[in-house]
Amino acid sequence: MKELEIIVCAKQIPDPEAPLSDVSVDVEKKEVIVDAPQVISPFDENALEAALRIKENMGAKITILSLGKKVSDTVLRKSLAAGADKLILLQDDAFEKLDSHSIASVLADAIRKIGEYDLVLAGRQAGDWDSGQVGLILGEMLGLPCISLAREIMIEDGSVAVKKNIPDGYEQVRAKMPALVTVSNEVGELRYISRTKMLKMLRGASSIPSWSSEDFVSAKEELRKMGIVALSSPPDMRRNCEFLDGATPEEKADKLVAVFKSLQ
Amino acid sequence: MNDVMILGEVKERSLDLRTLELLGAGKKLAGDLGASLSIVLLGDTVSAAAEQAVPYGPNRVYKLEHPLLKGFNADLWLTSLEQTCRKINPKIFLMSHSFIGMELGPRLACRLNTRLTTDCIDLSIDPEDSLLLRTKPVSGGNAISVFKCPGEPQLATVRGNVFEPAEAGDGKGEIVDMVPEIDESMIRVESIEVVREVVVALDKADVVVSGGAGLGDEDGFALLQDLAKALNKSFGNVMIGCSRMAVDKGWISSDHQVGLTGTMISPNIYVAVGISGAIQHLVGMIQSKKIIAINTDQGCNMFRVADYGVVEDYERVIPALVKRLEELS
Repeated sequence: MKELEIIVCAKQIPDPEAPLSDVSVDVEKKEVIVDAPQVISPFDENALEAALRIKENMGAKITILSLGKKVSDTVLRKSLAAGADKLILLQDDAFEKLDSHSIASVLADAIRKIGEYDLVLAGRQAGDWDSGQVGLILGEMLGLPCISLAREIMIEDGSVAVKKNIPDGYEQVRAKMPALVTVSNEVGELRYISRTKMLKMLRGASSIPSWSSEDFVSAKEELRKMGIVALSSPPDMRRNCEFLDGATPEEKADKLVAVFKSLQ
Repeated sequence: MNDVMILGEVKERSLDLRTLELLGAGKKLAGDLGASLSIVLLGDTVSAAAEQAVPYGPNRVYKLEHPLLKGFNADLWLTSLEQTCRKINPKIFLMSHSFIGMELGPRLACRLNTRLTTDCIDLSIDPEDSLLLRTKPVSGGNAISVFKCPGEPQLATVRGNVFEPAEAGDGKGEIVDMVPEIDESMIRVESIEVVREVVVALDKADVVVSGGAGLGDEDGFALLQDLAKALNKSFGNVMIGCSRMAVDKGWISSDHQVGLTGTMISPNIYVAVGISGAIQHLVGMIQSKKIIAINTDQGCNMFRVADYGVVEDYERVIPALVKRLEELS
């Protein structure tokens, strides 16, 4: 049997777990400025983990696609250290601040260029703009069956079988491959990658292919930026925290009891 | 047609609260545009819901009934909605940011070659060009962005609990039967089985005791259970919540998850244990009346939004707290 080909779309974003103090809003430039290290968007890491589990079960070749104006291969090499087989960076100035539709169309072009695939996985939404659109639009553009919010993915005789979240439980669904699946965090976090493996991957001289728009984008003139009219800071969430001090955990617990009593 | 259209959702044969909120939002936009308001309902039997919608004032209620629209098959609902939009040509089409809206919105936007904005918390009409201004929290809630996008219908999914629900009046709109052209061959994702699980209704809790990555392992939740039990003697409805990290680590099921992609809650008391306070978590619990944080890291985000803070290892302070609470009861 031919080896399964899985494509995982992974976006590089500033760490969404960054402390509030590291985030500011530039109203003039309409930009969110996050002074934090770049990471792979968490739900995309979940998607990679789902792909790795399929690979462990039955063998598969995993290709990671990452799109941006500039993508850091040091950040994305983590996917290779975790067990992905190939990483392709889609980098071009024209890819800056694209709207969801345009991002999906660029990814669709890249996937058509790759040609052979059985499964396309993406995180349910990105940790920066929280739009939750690219995966499903991409599926539509490629004319694939679309399954959203997966918590478990299995492969059975040319079909993908998915447990997907529904409001009061889950639904077991099945679609013929090739198919697109968006992945939710119930799949589980990306496996632990040892420091040795990570360093080896970072030092590894293998060059990472990088495609610019000329290489594969079919209708560059149709790409559109996000239509941001205004950007502002959210209402201040800060409260004045009263710290309950004490020499021992018991003393602190006593103060907590007093707080609970006062709130009763 | 110059129309603002909304997608209604029916639960147990009756319109859900989110639909009434959409009717409220849609009515205002239609008023500002001088447009008519319509609602579209899909299902195997939606006659009762259609009748129920009329008093809320839509000019038209589009009723799409088909045996295959029973339950929610995304492929068939999508095709039905696509056909409806092509016939009606609404200027604006709103859906709830619900399970259904999250799935259909992006796919419909693609098929109609228009742009969608998800999870909107405000909608208004730009007086200059009569286009829809879509306000949405971005960056997990670190910023609020206003978008304006090309394409029609102008599509948005709307966050629940933000817009005032419409009130029933003496609306006399007409009910229009539409016939979706669908058949089983259009089903590409086959439903094998729906498994209902007992899920916690976190939004109904008076007190939520919540744990995160700082618990260190799954057993931490047993301590939180002890605390919840002890608090239950003095407070009504005490439930266990968690951060996304705790779900990712497989310590607890996702129905307990509080935050942007979990449940948004506003209990009387929120106790955050070992939760550092990523922004996407904070937006889900910031409306809590009182917030108590327990964490070893005094610099963490959670203390910034808390009313009371205890800097301590939870494994030491919670057993002591449970003991005291039990002595008192």
